[in-house]
Amino acid sequence: MAPSTSSVITLTINGEKYTLPVDHRTTLLDALREHLDLTGTKKGCDQGQCGACTVLLDGRRAVSCLQLAVAAEGRDVTTIEGVADGDRLHPVQQAFLDLDGYQCGYCTPGQICSALAVIEEHAAGWPSAVTADVRPEAGPPPLTADEIRERMSGNLCRCGAYVSIVQAVAQAAEAQATGTEEVVA
Amino acid sequence: MKEFGYQRVLDVSEAVAVLGADPDARFLGGGTNLVDLMKTGIERPGRLVDVRELPLDRVEMTPDGGLLIGATVTNSDLAAHPEVRRRYPALAQAVLAGASGQLRNMATVGGNLLQRTRCGYFTDVAGPCNKRLPGSGCPAIEGEHHNHAILGASGHCVATHPSDMGVALAAFDAVVRYETADGPGELPLADFYLPVGDTPHLETALPSGALITGVILPPAPVAAHSRYRKVRERASYAFAIGSIAAVLDVRDGVVHEVRLAFGAVASRPWRALEAERALTGGPATAEAFAAAADAELAAAEALPHNGYKVPLMRNLVVALLTELAEEAAR
Amino acid sequence: MTTTTGTTTTTGALGTARTRVEGREKVTGAARYSGDIPLPELAHGWMVLSTIARGRIRSVEADSVLAMPGVLAVLHHENAPRVNLDYMGMIGPPDPIIGVFQHDRVPFRGWPVALVVAERPEQAREAAEALVVRYDQESHDTDFFAGHPDVYTPGDSPFGAAEATKGDIEAELAASTFVVDAEYTTPEEHHNPMEPHAATARWDGGRLEVLDSNQGTSYVAGELAQIFSLDAESVRVRSEHVGGGFGSKTIGSHQVAAAMAATVLDRPVRVVMTRRQMFSTIGYRSPTAQRVRLGADASGRLRALDHRSECVTSTVHEFIERSATVARVMYDADAHHTSDRVVRLDVPTPTFMRAPGEAPGSFALECALDELAEASGIDPIALRVRNEPDRGPVSGLPFSSRNLVACYEEGARRFGWADRDPRPGLRREGRWLLGTGMAAASFHSGAGPSTAGVTAEADGTFTVRINAADIGTGARTGIALVAADALEVDPDRVRVVMADSDLGPAMIAGGSMGMRSWAWAVSIAVRELRERLALGGDIPPEGITARSDTSEAVGALSKKERHSFGAQFAEVAVDVTSGEVRVRRMLGIFAAGRIVNPLTARNQLVGGMVWGISMALHEEAVRDRASGGHVGPDLAGYHFAANADVPLIEADWVDDPDPDDPVGIKGVGEIGIVGAAAAIANAVWHATGVRHRDLPIRPDRVLSAGTNVPEPGHGG
Repeated sequence: MAPSTSSVITLTINGEKYTLPVDHRTTLLDALREHLDLTGTKKGCDQGQCGACTVLLDGRRAVSCLQLAVAAEGRDVTTIEGVADGDRLHPVQQAFLDLDGYQCGYCTPGQICSALAVIEEHAAGWPSAVTADVRPEAGPPPLTADEIRERMSGNLCRCGAYVSIVQAVAQAAEAQATGTEEVVA
Repeated sequence: MKEFGYQRVLDVSEAVAVLGADPDARFLGGGTNLVDLMKTGIERPGRLVDVRELPLDRVEMTPDGGLLIGATVTNSDLAAHPEVRRRYPALAQAVLAGASGQLRNMATVGGNLLQRTRCGYFTDVAGPCNKRLPGSGCPAIEGEHHNHAILGASGHCVATHPSDMGVALAAFDAVVRYETADGPGELPLADFYLPVGDTPHLETALPSGALITGVILPPAPVAAHSRYRKVRERASYAFAIGSIAAVLDVRDGVVHEVRLAFGAVASRPWRALEAERALTGGPATAEAFAAAADAELAAAEALPHNGYKVPLMRNLVVALLTELAEEAAR
Repeated sequence: MTTTTGTTTTTGALGTARTRVEGREKVTGAARYSGDIPLPELAHGWMVLSTIARGRIRSVEADSVLAMPGVLAVLHHENAPRVNLDYMGMIGPPDPIIGVFQHDRVPFRGWPVALVVAERPEQAREAAEALVVRYDQESHDTDFFAGHPDVYTPGDSPFGAAEATKGDIEAELAASTFVVDAEYTTPEEHHNPMEPHAATARWDGGRLEVLDSNQGTSYVAGELAQIFSLDAESVRVRSEHVGGGFGSKTIGSHQVAAAMAATVLDRPVRVVMTRRQMFSTIGYRSPTAQRVRLGADASGRLRALDHRSECVTSTVHEFIERSATVARVMYDADAHHTSDRVVRLDVPTPTFMRAPGEAPGSFALECALDELAEASGIDPIALRVRNEPDRGPVSGLPFSSRNLVACYEEGARRFGWADRDPRPGLRREGRWLLGTGMAAASFHSGAGPSTAGVTAEADGTFTVRINAADIGTGARTGIALVAADALEVDPDRVRVVMADSDLGPAMIAGGSMGMRSWAWAVSIAVRELRERLALGGDIPPEGITARSDTSEAVGALSKKERHSFGAQFAEVAVDVTSGEVRVRRMLGIFAAGRIVNPLTARNQLVGGMVWGISMALHEEAVRDRASGGHVGPDLAGYHFAANADVPLIEADWVDDPDPDDPVGIKGVGEIGIVGAAAAIANAVWHATGVRHRDLPIRPDRVLSAGTNVPEPGHGG
């Protein structure tokens, strides 16, 4: 018997519950863009090779182009549209704006979602590929420019705005660490 | 991508039963490789059996002091795990050297072992490829192959295995644990991947319908003295052109135990047993490291454009073992 | 009613850093790019590309695909509406690839052979993959190499002469004290803007409307009017936000296919290119094989400069990558020869890509200068200063301004060039050999005719209407600053309406000419508006509008050598045991006219330098000889710099207002990449003692080349 090729799924997106029918082939990216008109999440390659489609899935960053929507059933999604607190920009968004951490802006939603996760992952003590000593005894690495560069490398920017992206992430991370800005999680 | 059914399973026996009932079904883990392959038309399953919610998402100590890594543990959780970082640091480093933060959050240990090659001919469905379409030929041999295999390849396929994680697992003598309808089974990683021969489309020794449930890392105090290094064509977010996992125990200037595994040089993570044999019991010097590398690489068969991998791997062996030896001397 | 006569508010908006006016939309995801705009009844088109490199389509087996769920149409050469390609566009005759589905010939792999349209994108994709197209295949030649037997010298074009010569090269070379004769290659490179090309076409009240992602809607609308034989007024193209272009977002097969499908189905149709499809459909930078011969006297003065470049084009359209032309601007010599030749192969037509000509040309020329510096023992900067021309070396025309020496001086000071030991291979840090290098840069500065309207609104604000495009340059913000400065008001009171062909013709965002062209039109409209406002009186509800058209003024520009200039500096680390090269820092100092917005201009210049890193170390599309297609045409197979490849890069500028431009602008879009790859390659030589003349400088090349460093005791 041929299996059903579509399902009705429920997702929590930016705090709101959505129930929608999806063709099983539909990725979370296409569900957001084509079904829910949440087009802030961008399609740069559709193959997990650029990071433009980065969202937070249950609080962790993920590329939505390789996430089948049906397999995200019941999960919690944060997209770029859910990052600001109403009219008030998140410190990461504000830093990208103030420091010109973009040019064309197409990779920007993914960069910002990724940056939110980078700050969280670092706070949780996760090492990276440039962390000299990964042993837990070595303690968490400081969030240097090199650490930010490596951790943000899953988000390509063809305009080449990396220098200001790194500055924006550093500024936002510092603001968050010192509590100079109220951070909306 | 053709239409397909989808089923989420919550326990292992159900997963195996569902897969067994449908020859057109495939397991779906993080999807970071399978969904991509479905988009390019290389994989065309009729049903996906989603195993991500199986209770296999833990890293646990084994009674003998090793680790059992569940098959659905994500790469991120594996690399962040304190016991992995403390006792098998090269594994954490290898995982962190792979893909990106986003992909590591999605990808699972089981899926990582089963990922397919990134050979550009394999991913071009319009052209020939013995791995994708058995008997159609291997255009890489006459064509673009500067990042193809120098060890263990055949005239039928010169593709490499892209995993970083697998290279570290090979060095740690990992054992793959799986479940079939007939019950559980185990395969040492050394036997997990099949030789290329004239059947490059047959990649693993997993029985048909088997579900990988976990990976066992045997206890090995020496594993704490390990390191992974990856060379690639940009600084991050790229597959290796050569990588190495090394474990070294030096006592009084003599190599007591050594383990070496190479990545991006063969159709599987390549355990460098010849080099290990050459080094064990001998002096821990740069000359000995180089000679051991040469012993391993004597079997290398380079194509016109990938011969650089021979000196690359030799240099990496010397560099990494020298670093580990210096560390041990401190 | 607010009376705005006698305005005396803030001044100096121009040159003051300002964040982007659309910044909030971009950081919140609210900015809608072409593929983001929802439309009722929207259908989705999926392109089907040829899988052979040369031959004829025997059949397109559409029937079975038409029976698939949701499929609405399959357009191909037997049923597609006929279009007109017999016209001269703004940049010459059209590339035949935009006239999709008109005949059965396949001139390269990846040529559009059909469009499948369906209700949903998943259905269109599956049907497109299922569509069987049969071919009669012919043998092909896609192999580019130096000295290809079919290479020819193209005719001259508005973009430059194919060949320019003065003096006797061979005689001057023979009489030279120092001679460099070297061959350089650059590979096929692809734009890869982050936003794939996407167009949505629909008929609305008898007009063809296209929501597009492009670098100039006037231009695209004009081409579409020609192609579909429509009145210019019957086509409207909009392109509010553009996710990068770099020369690739002009007229393409996707807009035409979308418009055809919208016509056939009488409903809106969207066509979005996949990343893989972009590798054969949107153009690319041709690979080049270049030979540079330099001869100098004992003082380093050039007696001979010979720069010959070869590139590739398709069999259906001629595009020349003019790599040799940069030498006609940079250096004079008693004998001076430059030529760009081309070979037709069974490959897609290349096109303009960020700094076309100058980017690959400066790599060869500026590396050759470095080799001459090595040969003559003269400092690379001193050598260049010695060869500074006071007029165009070939044209004999005066420069509008040439502040290159100031760039050298400022750059050398800030980079610490004076402390550099010129000998190679002396600096080591762990496994890394360190080196520094520099190169010079130039890019032509031009302006294109534009129209603009500026309205003084009744509420005291101003509206600028100009059909500019913001492809990431900061154009929208820059135009607001130009207008505010001219109006002497705060930029917050200026609104910019743009990227809509109904606004009237304006220059495209290309050739580093956009900002200069638009600012010119805006400044003239503001002048006119202020004259009218100076008459006094109330502003009516519809406001007071002044318009401008710069066609005449731009056409009246005197003939001069008009260019931006720059000096590029790089420090690299090279691990010759692994072949890895890392750029540790870069500095670019530019003389690039008046800087409108330092925040966005710096970002653009740095972005160009990041392109230089990618060009030097990463970018390369590999073509398979047997299939004639690419190997790994995606962002995992085609690398450009990731964040971890890019160190702290500084870009700055010297004062250099263009005396013949009403605002003083030259343009900053392209100069940042020029010379950047050469500076890095020269630094790699300084680190290792080995010249790398083939890009990209991949690990395998570095590893195979090894080092050529002085023996210990021979150089510290």
